[in-house]
Amino acid sequence: MQDNLKSSSYQQLEQKSKYTNMFLRWFLYFVLILFASYFIFPLYVMVVTSLKTMEEIRQGTLLSWPSGLNFDSWAVAWGGRGYGAGDTFLRPYFWNSIKMVVPAVFFSTLIGAMTGYVLTKWRFKGDSWVFLFLLFGCFIPFQAILLPMARTLGALGISNSIVGLVLVHTVYGIPFTTLFFRNYYVSVPTELVKAARIDGAGFFKIFFKILLPISAPIIVVTVIWQFTQIWNDFLFGSTFSFGEAAPIQVALNNMVLSSTSVKEYNVDMASAIIAGVPTLIVYVLAGKYFIRGLTSGAVKG
Amino acid sequence: MKTLKIEDLSKNFGSTEVLRKINLEIDEGNFLVLLGPSGCGKSTLLNIIAGLETINEGNVFIDDYNVSKVEPKDRNIAMVFQSYALYPSMNVRENMIFGLKQAKTSKEKIEQQLEKVSKFLQVDQLLERKPSQLSGGQRQRVAIGRALVREPRIFLFDEPLSNLDAKLRVEMRREIKKLHQQLKTTVVYVTHDQTEAMSLGTRIAIMNHGVIQQNDTPENIYNKPSNTFVADFIGSPSMNLIKGSLKESSGEISFTASGSNFEIPVKGYGFKDKSNLNNKEVFFGIRPEHIYFKKSNESDFEVTLRADLSEYIGHEQIMTFDYANQEILAKFPSTIKIELAKETKLYFDLTQTSLFDAQTEERI
Repeated sequence: MQDNLKSSSYQQLEQKSKYTNMFLRWFLYFVLILFASYFIFPLYVMVVTSLKTMEEIRQGTLLSWPSGLNFDSWAVAWGGRGYGAGDTFLRPYFWNSIKMVVPAVFFSTLIGAMTGYVLTKWRFKGDSWVFLFLLFGCFIPFQAILLPMARTLGALGISNSIVGLVLVHTVYGIPFTTLFFRNYYVSVPTELVKAARIDGAGFFKIFFKILLPISAPIIVVTVIWQFTQIWNDFLFGSTFSFGEAAPIQVALNNMVLSSTSVKEYNVDMASAIIAGVPTLIVYVLAGKYFIRGLTSGAVKG
Repeated sequence: MKTLKIEDLSKNFGSTEVLRKINLEIDEGNFLVLLGPSGCGKSTLLNIIAGLETINEGNVFIDDYNVSKVEPKDRNIAMVFQSYALYPSMNVRENMIFGLKQAKTSKEKIEQQLEKVSKFLQVDQLLERKPSQLSGGQRQRVAIGRALVREPRIFLFDEPLSNLDAKLRVEMRREIKKLHQQLKTTVVYVTHDQTEAMSLGTRIAIMNHGVIQQNDTPENIYNKPSNTFVADFIGSPSMNLIKGSLKESSGEISFTASGSNFEIPVKGYGFKDKSNLNNKEVFFGIRPEHIYFKKSNESDFEVTLRADLSEYIGHEQIMTFDYANQEILAKFPSTIKIELAKETKLYFDLTQTSLFDAQTEERI
């Protein structure tokens, strides 16, 4: 009798918890979908607006669907309208940015890797102070160094040039890249370096043959970070360059703000997307290798 | 000619003294084990021999040549590490020949060496594998192989078995022993495991606080420890050290534990110096395995002690007795039944005792 009672009450409880769970699950999905749409909404507006004609933009609402796939505004944003003076378009500045970001990412990553290697595997007196000062570089507000940097670039004769921007971004990338690599190399057993030294490998050989080949995960992290930082930088770009030598973010700003007549929202949106696509590509491509690097990394037993 | 000679070597890290006036010599073909608790400086000493650490004072000689300022690669040594330190990005073949390639050895010689060593260590089937695809024992073998192909004058081992599980450790220990027997190379081996040290070494140097406490054969380390640290460190459970004093009267010398009148004759003990023994404060040392349940020799000395505690560990049992309010341990076969809290007759093997000065803690 009592057993029966018990089992029926268990059944009730089970039923109840089933409903509660179901409700919570649906609530969870609802919240997730809500947040996801909140984040995807601006992108949606950008994409649809860039595909509309000015006529459609004026007549329709922000959310309305374009009448067709019209890439005219993308062509204008990328290559201009073809008349001479005053026509700003992204193509030359896009290549400027590429010319800036590739060497800057390369050098800051390489130098950061080397510094991290020295700070962990070739310890010297006062090395922790060097690291501390390097870390300090991560916290300096960049506005504070604009003026001295401008003087330096002037003295070097590379102000208003891509080379100058490469230098600036490399220098200010080193604190971050060093931090990444130092923290990674700390977990690599120092015995590896000792073994290589006994085997007769020198400073650079150990770095390039032993440590760099096992650094793929942290290289990917650093490249993503540096690429995003440098590609999206506006402050240094607008301060240390103008006109022909400007990177894409500066050009985008000029394009959007300097329109004399009507605001061409479709072209603006297309430009903004073009300026943002490379970082997205780096995330998608490198992100995959990042996860692969993390899971296959076998430094220790 | 000594294969390795260390002369008055001192090393400090900042204000911390790690090694103090170390003197050490190894003859060709010997297996020297540096044994000691963690932080005693044994690994630092090994790194100094390898040339991975600088020296503050003193010199290191290999084959009578002063190598104190010589680069690790030019010292004609090879080292096996605790973490194996195999290069993760290279396969077994590349790992093993990396050193030879750095030394610009000819291709034929490299291939010849690789084949010989990989066959010898039975890793010739694994040459194309990455270290991450090997088991712990295989990694250990490859690490030893990497050292072997270079045909060094001296092999350095830095706790090479600590990362292996208990069963594999015993297996690899035997293999290292075999290896040494076959190749007759000179080895310096660092460990904190006394069983490893005892079974592998032809000589053992016990270190503590940066000083070599005793450098001797395993037999002497075990039977004639030179001070209380060595006596306490070697053996499991370690040697009983009973505090008391000596009494000398009319040619007889005896030991009396503090707080008791019971005398143990120690006339037969091999004193280094027989003068001034009367009333000397000493530790009387006897190993648990040298206390017997049955009298087997004329020299065995009968004592009556109360059993306080019994620890059964399978093939044997460790009993704790009360000796004039000092605890002493004895080891018996587990077949013997001893009642607790009762006086029991036991026999000390007086040929196996040690006496230490209570002040200096040195053997007398």
